[in-house]
Amino acid sequence: MLNYFNPNNILKIINKLQKFVFTLFIIVLIIGLLEALVLSPEDYKQSDSVRIMYVHVPSAWISLGIFSVISILSFGILIFKNKNFSLITKSLAPSGFVFNIIALVTGSIWGKPTWGTWWAWDARITSMLLLSLFYLMFIITWRITENNDKAIKISSYIAILGLINVPIIKFSVDWWNTLHQPSSVNILSDTTVHSSMLIPLGIMTAAFVLFSLLIFLMKYNTELIKIKNKGLDRL
Amino acid sequence: MYGKKVKLRALFIVLIFFSLVLTAFLVFKSLEENVVYFKSPSDVKNLTELKAKKIRVGGMVKENSVETFDNEIKFIITDFKNELFVSFVGSVPNLFEEGKGVVAEGFLEDKYYLKADKILAKHDENYMPPEVSEALKDKN
Repeated sequence: MLNYFNPNNILKIINKLQKFVFTLFIIVLIIGLLEALVLSPEDYKQSDSVRIMYVHVPSAWISLGIFSVISILSFGILIFKNKNFSLITKSLAPSGFVFNIIALVTGSIWGKPTWGTWWAWDARITSMLLLSLFYLMFIITWRITENNDKAIKISSYIAILGLINVPIIKFSVDWWNTLHQPSSVNILSDTTVHSSMLIPLGIMTAAFVLFSLLIFLMKYNTELIKIKNKGLDRL
Repeated sequence: MYGKKVKLRALFIVLIFFSLVLTAFLVFKSLEENVVYFKSPSDVKNLTELKAKKIRVGGMVKENSVETFDNEIKFIITDFKNELFVSFVGSVPNLFEEGKGVVAEGFLEDKYYLKADKILAKHDENYMPPEVSEALKDKN
């Protein structure tokens, strides 16, 4: 299926999809910001600084999610030599990296008024920093490797290596003593965020997902055009 | 379905991955001491020797244990089994409060007394508006 898709048709679809995703993103972002900054209540302990959560937490989730997708696709790239997967991972990496940096920076800004420090070498922050280094290695590999096949191979191995770090980030707060609190939003056990704060958190997450989808589509589009200009109709 | 080459590659990559996972697991297992951000008062009590190195101890600020003098603050960190006496000169973070989590960084004078030069407040996993917190308090 993926072997027979024609870049020309895909390009048209992507262009339409881009406009749709962009409009949806703006709408969801406006609602999300309104909810997060104006309508949602302040926290009983942290008061207004809790609002950093609506940027910090979705960014962290998305950077983790994107990296997981990249890693899983990388297995496909290495095993089945699927060229399309490598275009997808290459196009996903920048938005994942940006959200990773946002999570680190907003975390630092949030840490000062609440914990009393800008930075702590606790397990979650350190593993998150490690994730950003994996992203960086992944992106740099594409920049510095001239041979395309080689870049695909090296970047995929980097992504698979980084996959080990993903559960470490997720469970660091349960496995070790960290400055981070245990996770508040849980699927299997009770969520300890009040519904009036959970709703803006959900909307902001949706907005960020749409944004990364938009950036992904733009990057993917560019990659396809590059291939088309090389005179290849098919991947 | 898939050719022999694909199967071989799959086996190779899966093997590499699992050996890496195992390596990571062993590394973290042996580094456990260093991965934890702070020790509990019980850990401190079980120390065999006191090192002249900086240490971080975390736990709850014991209820009714906070005493403030000019700009010195004294309190007790508890993990509900053992306690540690802490003194600190300076200002504490906003979230520092009795009955809440805290991490103190400094030097141990002995197994029951820490001279802190940095106090960090540890937040818990609960987020709610003030009204809800009031309502919960009334219920109790």
